[in-house]
Amino acid sequence: MMEITEGSHAVAEAVRLCRPQVVSAYPITPQTHIVEALADFVANGTLDAEYINVENEFSALSACVGASAAGSRTYSATTSQGLALMFEVCFNAAGMRLPIVMSIANRALGAPLSIWNDMQDSISLRDAGWLQFYAEDNQEATDLHYIAYRVSEDYKVLLPSFVCFDGFILSHTYEPVDMLTQADVDRYLPKFSPPERLDAADPISFGMYATPEYYLEFRYEHDKALKGARDVIAKAGKEFATLFGRDYSAMVEGYQLNDAETVIVAMGSLCGTIKDAIDEMRADGKKVGLLKIRVFRPFPSEDVAKFIKAAQQVQRIAVLDKNISLGAKGATALEVKDALYGSAVPIWNYILGLGGRDVRKKDIKDIVALAEKGQGDQFYGLRKEVL
Amino acid sequence: MALTVGCRARPGKSRDNKTGSWRVFKPIFDHEKCSKCGMCQTLCPEGCIHEDAEGTFIPDYAYCKGCGICAEECPKEAIAMKQEEK
Amino acid sequence: MAEKCKTCELFDSGHRACGGCGAALAARLVTKAAGTETIVVSSTGCMEVFSTPYPETAWKVPWIHSLFENASAVASGIEAALKKQGRKEKIVIMAGDGATFDIGMVCISGAFERGHDFTYICYDNEAYMNTGIQRSGATPYDASTTTSPAGSHSFGNKRPKKDMPAILAAHGAPYVATASIAYPADLMQKVEKAMGTPGPCYVQVHAPCCTGWGFEGDQTIAIAKLAIETGLWPNFEMVDGKVTKVKKVVRKPVTEYLKTQKRFRHLFKPKQQDAEIAAIQAIADRNAEKYGLDIKLKKE
Repeated sequence: MMEITEGSHAVAEAVRLCRPQVVSAYPITPQTHIVEALADFVANGTLDAEYINVENEFSALSACVGASAAGSRTYSATTSQGLALMFEVCFNAAGMRLPIVMSIANRALGAPLSIWNDMQDSISLRDAGWLQFYAEDNQEATDLHYIAYRVSEDYKVLLPSFVCFDGFILSHTYEPVDMLTQADVDRYLPKFSPPERLDAADPISFGMYATPEYYLEFRYEHDKALKGARDVIAKAGKEFATLFGRDYSAMVEGYQLNDAETVIVAMGSLCGTIKDAIDEMRADGKKVGLLKIRVFRPFPSEDVAKFIKAAQQVQRIAVLDKNISLGAKGATALEVKDALYGSAVPIWNYILGLGGRDVRKKDIKDIVALAEKGQGDQFYGLRKEVL
Repeated sequence: MALTVGCRARPGKSRDNKTGSWRVFKPIFDHEKCSKCGMCQTLCPEGCIHEDAEGTFIPDYAYCKGCGICAEECPKEAIAMKQEEK
Repeated sequence: MAEKCKTCELFDSGHRACGGCGAALAARLVTKAAGTETIVVSSTGCMEVFSTPYPETAWKVPWIHSLFENASAVASGIEAALKKQGRKEKIVIMAGDGATFDIGMVCISGAFERGHDFTYICYDNEAYMNTGIQRSGATPYDASTTTSPAGSHSFGNKRPKKDMPAILAAHGAPYVATASIAYPADLMQKVEKAMGTPGPCYVQVHAPCCTGWGFEGDQTIAIAKLAIETGLWPNFEMVDGKVTKVKKVVRKPVTEYLKTQKRFRHLFKPKQQDAEIAAIQAIADRNAEKYGLDIKLKKE
């Protein structure tokens, strides 16, 4: 059913429909509206969950670890400083193979303190072993939660997921979203039934320590499961498409790629702006296309390579990053370059939109012009007057 | 043996580790002096002193580390620590 | 009520604790008192490390270890899950003093404030033992550790033990107790009482460490007894914040306890430090006053 709703509320409703039994909540801008909405649902009896008002985000994810290990579907939401505080627990939860789903309303990391959007927070945890989904709009932000639970809980995966969507830009804007019904979600997402749980009837020790004799193999298995999630995403996405008409089976998506001379690579809400800019540039005769990455972990190297190979007119690639691995480049650019190793096509990295700096259609056009001139690997949009 | 998912294990395998090999001194139980109070069994950090059908307390030397707590705490001084011949 | 397990061992042999380990004994006794319908949550530390090197586990009850500081938060999540699933297992946290008094403070405070139903057992060996004997908030005054060593310019740890029982009683914990492996029946009774009291309950178990304190492994129980008999380890129960039961003693001077352990050796050699020993005696005297430890002898 179509609704005009705030991004946070759409996400909260999607989570409600997934029937988590345990929700841990701690406020942090700009995800707070999600946990507030969930609290309302619990208070009014529409969400049958234990709602834990934890004392900080570290405990929020720790509580999810306990709940998931005990066999309950669990949820939390965070961003920025909160996610950074959870750093240790993120590695722990993933290594313990617990299928927790957590919403990240992407926000810049301090210092300097910023409440505004960029993707540094979740990108900085790309090593933690979680799946990472990035939403272009509120429809995706909503749907990706159903997909995330489905994929995370699959026995071939059993790994936690971040569902990332840009803070304020998506979380606080009203967009039309097609909300599923409870019956829809019950049909798509089976009851959580992990292969093992904390249970006196079958005692198991969780979270043992691994000596050098075993650690390497555990990490190998973890990496294998994460990379193998590609096939599970394909299957789960196809089934979602069959039931509900929206296809999430691919980890990347092309827009006007076939004859593109300039290809832009990006994630998140930037993609909406980029698509509009592409339409305008095409009307002016410029052949630009977009390769949107929707799943960042596991990184879709094969798909990136395949899509770029198919874009036979491509002369240059502009990778936009709302993050930077300081001292090096943007994370997406580094991964894309790795995926396209051996290609003769120049790949330029543009760092933009950090700390909530607005990115407009004009900026996309300017970036394409820079790429055409062979000027890249730079911060875009610097205010020279304050430097 | 294949790895478990997530570094987990079911009970039992700690018994593969025969900690009796750590021992320097061995507790020798004198069942004549024993009053069957069970203190040795209660206080053994290894949990390796067991009561048999007659109510006698027998140490499991496969696991006994020879710490000597049982000998020290036995109210009847029925346990003596002897250096083990290896 | 948890199913009791008088004869079965829920903490298996083959674990890798030092011979004579107080904490290992605590694990055995607590799991015996708790029974099979228990989920144990451990923090990182000696007990976790000596009991679960993959693939060997000594735990015969469901058990989980997450991180050093978050056992209480993990337990909060488990409690919520069990409630929603309608399951009856009890939750017992087993954490050392480092995990409890220091790094875990925030998680403990949050969990106790929220009032989750679990039993928190702190096995107190008075230092970070697993990492090789470093000072914690539970390290007693003048104890020598590797990060509070005695030397020509120092008598060791400068601060008294943090009063965790009082802190948790202040959180409204319905039942708080101290116990010792020296008195196993008392310890197990307290564990049972804690598990049978709804809400967050705390039992701090004195678990002397032969390796860390510097004494022979066969003296573990004797030294635990001396701690109580000198008044340095008051053994008591608190119900709803009020002290209700205390183990009274005919008090021995603190020197009888201090001289048994290498961590206090510097108070006696190369020369006896009377002022320091007096300061420790004062701590014992204050405990005796506060908890009513002294057996009042009848006047003739």
